[in-house]
Amino acid sequence: MHSSTAPDPPRGPTPPRPAAPPLTRRGGHSALVELVRVRLLEFLREPEVVFWVYGFPVLLVATLGIAYRERPVPAVRVDVADGPAAAADAAALATPSAGTEPSVRPIAEGLERLRTGRTDLVAERVAAGAADAVPGAAAGFRYHFDPARPESVLARDRAADALERASGRRDLLTAEDVPQTAPGGRYIDFLVPGLMALSLMSGGLWGVGFITVELRIRKLLKRFIATPMRRWQFLVSIMLGRMLLMIPEMLLLLLFARWTFGVRVFGSGWAVALLVLLGSLCFSGLGLLVASRAKTLEAVSGALNVVMLPMWLTSGVFFPRERYPEAVQPFLRALPLTALVDALRAVMLEGRPLPGCTADVATLLAWTVAAFAVALRIFRWV
Amino acid sequence: MTAPADGPAIRVVDLVKRYPGRPPVDAVRGLSLEVRRGECFGLLGPNGAGKTTTVEILEGLLAPTSGVVEVLGMRWDRDERSLRERIGVSLQETRLSDKLTVAETIRLFRAFYATGIDPDEALDMVGLRAKGAARVGAVSGGERQRLAVATAIVGWPELLFLDEPTTGLDPQSRRQVWDLVERCRGCGHTVLLTTHFMDEAERLCDRLAIVDAGRIIAAGRPADLVRDSGAEDLDELFLKLAGRRLSETSGPAPAG
Repeated sequence: MHSSTAPDPPRGPTPPRPAAPPLTRRGGHSALVELVRVRLLEFLREPEVVFWVYGFPVLLVATLGIAYRERPVPAVRVDVADGPAAAADAAALATPSAGTEPSVRPIAEGLERLRTGRTDLVAERVAAGAADAVPGAAAGFRYHFDPARPESVLARDRAADALERASGRRDLLTAEDVPQTAPGGRYIDFLVPGLMALSLMSGGLWGVGFITVELRIRKLLKRFIATPMRRWQFLVSIMLGRMLLMIPEMLLLLLFARWTFGVRVFGSGWAVALLVLLGSLCFSGLGLLVASRAKTLEAVSGALNVVMLPMWLTSGVFFPRERYPEAVQPFLRALPLTALVDALRAVMLEGRPLPGCTADVATLLAWTVAAFAVALRIFRWV
Repeated sequence: MTAPADGPAIRVVDLVKRYPGRPPVDAVRGLSLEVRRGECFGLLGPNGAGKTTTVEILEGLLAPTSGVVEVLGMRWDRDERSLRERIGVSLQETRLSDKLTVAETIRLFRAFYATGIDPDEALDMVGLRAKGAARVGAVSGGERQRLAVATAIVGWPELLFLDEPTTGLDPQSRRQVWDLVERCRGCGHTVLLTTHFMDEAERLCDRLAIVDAGRIIAAGRPADLVRDSGAEDLDELFLKLAGRRLSETSGPAPAG
């Protein structure tokens, strides 16, 4: 009530000095810890990236595991050329012990199907004394097959065997079959260590390379080095972040392969962990190197593909690298992905202890050190 | 802990920055200035005048082609570590991570400095405390810019560089940044800011240098500059000196 008539307090020539907020020392969290923390947060808040990093390798194992699952060699297809005895011959080929799927067709159609891969063999009966028969030979068969196709060669032998038996041949020796399908030697066992190495490569190169260039484009690298942050802290945080993200990725892949396909690790789990760590470090370093100068995402994508594609093809992830000529093997062995794949396979499949992989470990270490040394030297911050 | 309090906060003599190329581009051509401790000093000029190049050299992010640069009595080639702890920087264009929250961002920058203020305090000073939990990608452009300024003050620097801190801001955000600059100066900090807004330069700066084509064409207290030249205001002064209007050569006016 009385305040309305009270005079305004006298104004000074300058407003009162604003109080400075209290200064604090840096808390327990260091710059490195914070950098790693935000790196992980950024990753986890990107659902599609999470899917590609964690879902894709599992999907690949599942798909390839199903495509190459262990199953008996399928029955081979045999076309029996049409003729008076064709029905009887087909019946002989249709018995379970023959292992063939016969069908009777005109010879021309059978040959056309063989040429286009829809049948594996054309069996053509040749009567004794026929115009085109071997002179003086008894009745028999002419087998049309493709010597370059394993199933075609198999079809020829199976069909000949079954037809001989049907004609009254007796076997002189007994044959006892003991199937061997223990884990360790199957394609999926071969594939899983390769896919682990491949995930480490794409994760390291893409994960580190892309992020680095993106931060450079956003001028965040420049903003960071305008603070007291040490440059090594940033580089190490990017790699540490990558390594932490890689742990669940590898565990997921291994557990999935174990549960669905019974893939086992025959060697020491610690040796596998160490190799995985070293591989992750190596490819993070290569990612930094590839990204050390790039100013656009297009440039870094192109460079990453150039680095990765040859290794995809030649490091023996999907098929043994021994398929390439002997002369190029020393070069293939010098690639970091080859070294990692070979070492992982040796430990996981053969149960070899880590000291048995010295050459591969040395290759990985050499790539790691070289990549970091060069990346640190030429890295573009602004 | 504190640098020698005598001497200027910034001393620049004959600064030249030439970018290699064909032909080479001279962004800064013999610029000299002195910023006193505790004042707010403005570099006023159109886009492309060399303001940002000059500031980035002072911030130790670019190497000068030639000339003397002393910041807080120290030199970048000898005292980088010590200088980094004492200055705060807001770049003209930085895209902070959209996926992080405002609080996480400021906390990250706080962790870079050995001493500084509480992250919440820094958010308070730019009026963003209530937005702490919001993702950077979800706040307005003005709020992002204020966050960028908050990252520059969270280390409570002796010397604060703000490169076009209000370009593209709405009037409310501009006022908030102005309040912050006044508060920092009130606390005894030195502020160097670049701007192409005359009202901002007049309101905030104790002294300013008008920059055009890599050189200082006039320097002094805003009021003195206008009075001594007989011009009506800074815009007319610039017209007299540079032969064109500052507002014609500048970027778009702030929204709102």
